[in-house]
Amino acid sequence: MATIKLKPKAKKGVIKVKAIVKHPMETGLRKDKKGNLIPANHIDHLTITHNGTKVVDADIGAAVSKDPYFQFQVAGAKGDEITLAYKDNNGGSGSATATSK
Amino acid sequence: MKRRLFLKSAMATSAVATAVGAGLLTPSMVFASSAKFKALSDAANSSAAGAAEGTFKFKAPKIAENGAVVPLSVDAKKLDGVTNISILVQSNTTPLTASFNFTGGAVGFVSTRIKMGKTSPVTALVTSSSGVSAKTSEIKVTVGGCGG
Repeated sequence: MATIKLKPKAKKGVIKVKAIVKHPMETGLRKDKKGNLIPANHIDHLTITHNGTKVVDADIGAAVSKDPYFQFQVAGAKGDEITLAYKDNNGGSGSATATSK
Repeated sequence: MKRRLFLKSAMATSAVATAVGAGLLTPSMVFASSAKFKALSDAANSSAAGAAEGTFKFKAPKIAENGAVVPLSVDAKKLDGVTNISILVQSNTTPLTASFNFTGGAVGFVSTRIKMGKTSPVTALVTSSSGVSAKTSEIKVTVGGCGG
């Protein structure tokens, strides 16, 4: 459903993981033009996995920007696999895997 | 005049009632997911109050021209055994914005973008093997051009 851009890049034993997840990140507090509340729809959980082991486990609030951007750093080398997985508050989820450059 | 008022309020209440009926505004649904997050936020907030001044780097703009996208980065690479980095926006009703738990090979570094409605102090909270430390910086949000 949502697209994920995931770019891991290795340099001197550290992989820089840059990620953008396309997501509306509605807080559930905004109203539309008619005054009805727009229902909340935001990512609340995100994990980064490095070669099968979980390295980052994040709880995300509604105050993170639309189409959230994250940057993490993980010890590793070129060719390692990085996986990003997320869950939103409506039960939606998504994941992407990329090989480090 | 009175009749008009009465009609107006009657319409308003019925609109809310239908919204609830349609399952758009189910309170339990709204609060179930946020209750856990609220608890996390309270815990983070109380530990921020007693935290020492951090030695890590916390990069944030002094003035944010666009409150919808405020870039932040927390660099705690020099601290050993970083297990958690949290970001708190003090003026929000739920101050906790994001909480990152690190395990294994992760380096204590995170960069992200947050939404801010108005000017507020923002706190970065780092939990490492040497304890909890915090760093706060005030971010001014200027809506529509000129900074004040």
